[in-house]
Amino acid sequence: MAKVVVSQEHCTVNPLRMSQPVGAALAFMGVDNAMPLLHGSQGCTSFGLVLFVRHFREAIPMQTTALSEVASVMGGFDNVEQALVNIAARTKPAFIGICTTGISEIKGDDLNGFLKVIRASHPELDSIALVDVSTPDFEGAFQDGWAAAVTRMIEELVDVPFSTARLTRRINILPGSHITPGDIDELRDIFEAFCLEPVFLPDLSGSLDGHIPAEFTPTTLGGISLEQIRKMGSACWTIAIGEQMRGAAITLEHRTGIPYRLFERLTGLAANDELMGFLSEISGVPVPRKYRRQRSQLIDAMLDGHFHFGGKRVAIAAEPDLLAVFSHWLDEMGCEIQVAITTTQSPSLETMPVDEVVLGDLEDLEMRAAGTDLLVTHSHGRQAAARLGIPLFRIGLPIFDRLGAGQQVSVGYRGTRDLIFEVGNLFLANIHEPTPHTWESRENASQPLVSLEVH
Amino acid sequence: MGTLGSKIQQVLNEPGCATNQAKSNPERKKGCNRLLAPGAAAGGCAFDGAKIALQPITDVAHLIHGPIGCEGHSWDNRGAKSSGPQLYRTSFTTSINEQDIIFGGEKHLYKAIKEIVEKHNPPAVFVYQTCVPAMIGDDIEAVCKAAQKKFGKPIIPINVPGFVGSKNLGNKLAGEALLDYVIGTEEPEFTTPYDINIIGEYNLSGELWQVKPLLDELGIRILATISGDAKYHEVARSHRARAAMMVCSKAMINVARKMEERYGIPFFEGSFYGIGDMSDALRTISQLLVDRGANAELLARTEAVIQREETRARERIAPFKTRLAGKRVLLFTGGVKSWSVVAALQEAGLIVTGTSVKKSTPDDKARIKELVKEDAHMFDDLRPREMYAMLKEARADIMLSGGRTQFVALKAKMPWLDINQERHHAYAGYVGMVALINEIDKALSNPIWDQIRRSAPWEKAALHLHIA
Repeated sequence: MAKVVVSQEHCTVNPLRMSQPVGAALAFMGVDNAMPLLHGSQGCTSFGLVLFVRHFREAIPMQTTALSEVASVMGGFDNVEQALVNIAARTKPAFIGICTTGISEIKGDDLNGFLKVIRASHPELDSIALVDVSTPDFEGAFQDGWAAAVTRMIEELVDVPFSTARLTRRINILPGSHITPGDIDELRDIFEAFCLEPVFLPDLSGSLDGHIPAEFTPTTLGGISLEQIRKMGSACWTIAIGEQMRGAAITLEHRTGIPYRLFERLTGLAANDELMGFLSEISGVPVPRKYRRQRSQLIDAMLDGHFHFGGKRVAIAAEPDLLAVFSHWLDEMGCEIQVAITTTQSPSLETMPVDEVVLGDLEDLEMRAAGTDLLVTHSHGRQAAARLGIPLFRIGLPIFDRLGAGQQVSVGYRGTRDLIFEVGNLFLANIHEPTPHTWESRENASQPLVSLEVH
Repeated sequence: MGTLGSKIQQVLNEPGCATNQAKSNPERKKGCNRLLAPGAAAGGCAFDGAKIALQPITDVAHLIHGPIGCEGHSWDNRGAKSSGPQLYRTSFTTSINEQDIIFGGEKHLYKAIKEIVEKHNPPAVFVYQTCVPAMIGDDIEAVCKAAQKKFGKPIIPINVPGFVGSKNLGNKLAGEALLDYVIGTEEPEFTTPYDINIIGEYNLSGELWQVKPLLDELGIRILATISGDAKYHEVARSHRARAAMMVCSKAMINVARKMEERYGIPFFEGSFYGIGDMSDALRTISQLLVDRGANAELLARTEAVIQREETRARERIAPFKTRLAGKRVLLFTGGVKSWSVVAALQEAGLIVTGTSVKKSTPDDKARIKELVKEDAHMFDDLRPREMYAMLKEARADIMLSGGRTQFVALKAKMPWLDINQERHHAYAGYVGMVALINEIDKALSNPIWDQIRRSAPWEKAALHLHIA
């Protein structure tokens, strides 16, 4: 059982954490023809937008209510109204997801109330679905904002079913913010192999997978449609991925009566055995040959890889659910998780295979990571990695100095197998070659060096 | 906030600004702060602008007082290079929480400054104000004053909550902070008649280093760059320069003008982009220095260097001419002056078919018109959808723009080159222009374009069937 510690520093140095509104905005981007809108100053949007552009290498639809100093103090009703009217006229989205920020939260703008008043006087907005979510950036983190946005979409958009009749093949998937577009594609293949029809809320694989649209569009290039969201109540099961999605899954269950199954992670042999077993059970389809082969390949990769993972000390910094994925998986491969840093509270923290989980920043990581064999965090770990001379495996968001961040896959047997190769190759590339002095005792080893310096 | 309010008025009514000068009196009174349209705005806030302008100072600790949204998404993401200290790449933020908002964040801020001073002992700490602490009334000036007294080193308040305006306003407010608290607070060890400041140059991708060797060769010393690759003490001592060049006019004109006013440092507005502009810049720097007492032989030496470098650059561009002649360029620039790049592109035989003049003054527009004749459209504001259509219909062969519009070009399967501030290549000076032409050539001649524009075989088959 891990102890959860909050860093006592007053200055956050090299932040790991990112804000709730930006996490919520990304969740809204998993809806087709959507425009996320941040109710704050234009910087709130612009910083988030640049972050996603650099990570996904895609155009990012994201707008701002552009609160001025006066509007911040007097209230931002006019700004929200104008923003909605302008967006409707300029980009014609089907859906606008509106996130609060620290500024509008402090003022106490009643966004939900605003929307009711605005709807009454603007019939041109009738055809556009509007969902607001409270995401102050002075508390919580990216994954909290993502989860809150998904919960709000369920509350506002999913129809309450008239009857208990279900589509026996339809399943709802609620992926956490750590599930990439590539992961979603992989999972869709898996579910479909069991003759299931998965619907993902949100579905970044349609919008941020990197593809060439036939026409220019200023909103999202794809994602789950509003129609699909409305009909989520007709599915027979909900699968939530990551502890952060438990709240959304419960909300959906209350609204529609659909039972849910939460998978804390889908990386590693045991986790995927559990998934396959569950899918086979609910679909009545035996595990397809393809996945029996992939399972066997994963076992082989574990055999080949374990020599290089065993006993390696690893320092990880990531949001709680991503931390859970990587700390458990690396632990299962024989690594020792020496350092675990995270961004926000979560029930999953206490179960991490590590003595202590620190709610902190990348300085906390750097201070504790000396002597480890691998750093695992987002691209901002690069400075620490360089200073410590330790290789860095990039996970999560942002990854701005490598290609293919949106297609990094860590779910499924195949995803886990490839992860073994990728991380294993990092270990292999950083083997410390022996020298004549490697096995000398410490005193003896250091003496020639000292005497050389003296001469 | 009273002082911030008057400061903003003052900055918005900048007499050194050409756009402002061209306005009528009542128009000028309104200032130049464009009202941002909710739901149709693009670009950063004032805080963003201030950070862009000051973060290139490499040995300073830049501390952002605000919730995580202000700093957490945007640190260490610009290409301002340092020749030494790396502290500017370390991110410091108070990352204030609900407790701070209820009880006030001033003590939190003070303790954060203390931690930074104890751990890193930088020559100065810059403290940036953001919207949330501004709303709850945190007085960062008072905290900085107290901290400065306690720790015996400059703790500089940069009062730029994002909601006061645009990125450009933030650039200027950052300049005001330097004028109020930094510039002129220290004396250089020695001065020479060849000391200059370069204002509004951020050393992105190391561009300053494409220019500096030539200045070194001429014996011209950069006393301070504000703020690319600068150290705190250099900026503090910059008031002893003999002349100044202002590089990115809209960003820091207030700094250049007030330094002229306060310290008698004459300045000119110039650019390092384009062969002609680079030569003009060197020429004007030398002339200003000679006017202020440097030996007049500097002028002849400068001409010799200009001639040598121009010849060398033209020789290196010449081989590209046959490959690039007649290729059409769409040019959308932000910080880089359109006309100076236009001239350089023409040097290599490229045709500019369209360019943006959104940020250009009437004077700039006239110069562009003269350069491009009837060939080009000048766009005040081109929506992405229209840009996409232009590219899709192949009315241009390549687009040069900032990162914001890159996917408009790429999704239309058209070559694109980043010429904005986030770019990874350095395009300043003579060597930079050759590099730019080389990059354009690389982009245009890449073998992917033919491959990716070909339809999939089954699509062709489907088309035939359809016709049949």
